[in-house]
Amino acid sequence: MTASPSASLRLGAYLRAAGSMLISLAATILGLLLVTFIIGRVVPIDPVLAIVGERATEAQIEAARVALGLDLPLWRQFLIYAWDALHGDLGQSIRTGQPVIEAVARHFPATLELATLATILGVIAGVPAGVLAATRPGSLADHVVRLVGLMGYSMPVFWLGLIGLLLFYGILGWVGGPGRLDAVFDMMYEFEVTPVSGMILIDTALAGRWDMWVNAISHIILPAGLLGYVSMAYISRMTRSFMMNELSQEYITTARVKGMPEWRVIWVHAMRNVLVPLITVIALSYAYLLEGSVLTETIFAWPGLGSYITDALMVNDMPAVLGGTVVVGVAFVLLNLFSDLLYRLVDPRAR
Amino acid sequence: MTLLSVKNLRVTFDTEAGVVEAVRGVSFSLGRERLGIVGESGSGKTMTGRSVLRLIRPPGRIAADEMLFDGQDLMKLPEREMRALRGPRMAMVMQDPKYSLNPVMKVGAQLMEGLRQRDRVGRAEAHGKAVAALEAVQIRDPERVMEAYPHELSGGMGQRVMIAMMLIPNPDLLIADEPTSALDVTVQAEVLSILDGLVRDRGMGLIFISHDLRLVARFCDRVLVMYKGRVVEELAAQDLLHAKHPYTQGLLNCLPRIGGDRGPLPGLDRNAEWAR
Ligand SMILES: Nc1ncnc2c1ncn2[C@@H]1O[C@H](COP(=O)(O)OP(=O)(O)OP(=O)(O)O)[C@@H](O)[C@H]1O
Ligand SMILES: [Mg+2]
Repeated sequence: MTASPSASLRLGAYLRAAGSMLISLAATILGLLLVTFIIGRVVPIDPVLAIVGERATEAQIEAARVALGLDLPLWRQFLIYAWDALHGDLGQSIRTGQPVIEAVARHFPATLELATLATILGVIAGVPAGVLAATRPGSLADHVVRLVGLMGYSMPVFWLGLIGLLLFYGILGWVGGPGRLDAVFDMMYEFEVTPVSGMILIDTALAGRWDMWVNAISHIILPAGLLGYVSMAYISRMTRSFMMNELSQEYITTARVKGMPEWRVIWVHAMRNVLVPLITVIALSYAYLLEGSVLTETIFAWPGLGSYITDALMVNDMPAVLGGTVVVGVAFVLLNLFSDLLYRLVDPRAR
Repeated sequence: MTLLSVKNLRVTFDTEAGVVEAVRGVSFSLGRERLGIVGESGSGKTMTGRSVLRLIRPPGRIAADEMLFDGQDLMKLPEREMRALRGPRMAMVMQDPKYSLNPVMKVGAQLMEGLRQRDRVGRAEAHGKAVAALEAVQIRDPERVMEAYPHELSGGMGQRVMIAMMLIPNPDLLIADEPTSALDVTVQAEVLSILDGLVRDRGMGLIFISHDLRLVARFCDRVLVMYKGRVVEELAAQDLLHAKHPYTQGLLNCLPRIGGDRGPLPGLDRNAEWAR
């Protein structure tokens, strides 16, 4: 069948919306750079002293100032900073002297892998739980879902993490311990697996190293399960309330008048409408995990971006802190853009 | 020949503010004919119609001494058998198509759903039947409407889509809740003649819910007049316009008359006695 004129009209509107979103995306990223730039200038840490040390001579300090471009007017400094950042240059780490972007590129995939798996687990558990609760309000299942969700909200993650490690690693030995792999595999991974994505589960699968893959799963399952639980708590609660709302709409009765079975009424008719707000909720919880799993990364010795930024902060390594922040910010913005596009795709009224 | 016979139907809602009795002991029977239901807003017309399909949502509850459809008591049927009746045996044209069509599904998918899911009809055949159903209700560009989403339709188009959708499986009983209120006169006449044809030729039973007493008087065979969840009067349609009951007369007086005097419309006279 050929595309109808209204379909191509819809596509046009969709592209226009995508265009205007790209413009706002660019503005947001520029704003983000401006904020990190200002923070870099106002924190009471002298970047020059941090490099040349306390006992440098006047001349050495001046030379370093010029080398860093600190003698230029502020607006020029910002343009240089933004220009470099847009070309992937986030400056050099004071601690290591290495480009920040390289360290970030090593650490970010670990965070991404953990947050993605956690979100997948949260959706797989949270959406059906929320639907179950919504279709039987007041039932035992509803109460159980609410209780389990409440615990996910109120239990401190670090506490759950420590208990989990103690129980499943220390006592039962069911899972791998801290880190992304056992020490034996760590070296092998470094030398024998081509890094494609930096995410161990993907790279080892691509390389067909299933022994390593299984080991990586045993390491990631506990932190991902824990974060997935937190995200499940949020997703199930929101799914329940969205689903209750949709099930009270008239079009649901229409579907029943047509004799549609209950599973179809819920999972097709209502679910398609639930998806519209739920996409935003899932994206939010994903973004929260991307930027906010510092504690979990610390407990599980997970070499992610959260650990990297905290470690850098401990030693006043501002370029590393700000560079990491920019990357998290950009990931956040991209995620938002993606969920916006998806939202428009499922809701014809938003196009 | 009786298709549907309802005895002492009640619909109650347990709300926080107390028990609301939306329908209070309605009885009627329907043959292969056109039965009108009129009454002011909130009198229980929609709830009566939905009860027949057993589609009142909690906290609403249905009770009836008997609800015989084609020999079986609907009150005693398990939900699974009830569901098998909905669609091919009994259907309902929902009151407000703006809210009664799924906002994120294309009109075509909603029209074809019964055929595709229940009858396992192939895509092309279902498409053809859906287009034919749209053409039957005077939609001129059915292919475009098939591809449209509900919010892209006008009120009148929505109503016709709803009617087409419910007529596709050829039900024996159709409950039509304000099916033509947004249609202009010529299209309305065309849609009514389709319904009329189904009653005459196929022996369909039609319950026609409407605010338009003149239309009901013209189109239906018999009429129930409802007030506060009760039937206050049942009469032959040709007698409706000269009804004796003061409530029905009140409803008639509220109708603006074309070419009549332009004075203010009289208010509706209500008497608690009638609702006993
Ligand atoms: N969920 C509910 N909770 C409480 N009362 C309800 C609920 N739904 C309907 N009712 C009550 O049921 C009564 C009958 O409603 P119904 O929709 O059948 O009226 P109607 O005759 O179809 O009116 P209209 O002409 O406006 O469509 C109303 O008085 C309404 O207050
Ligand atoms: Mg109504």
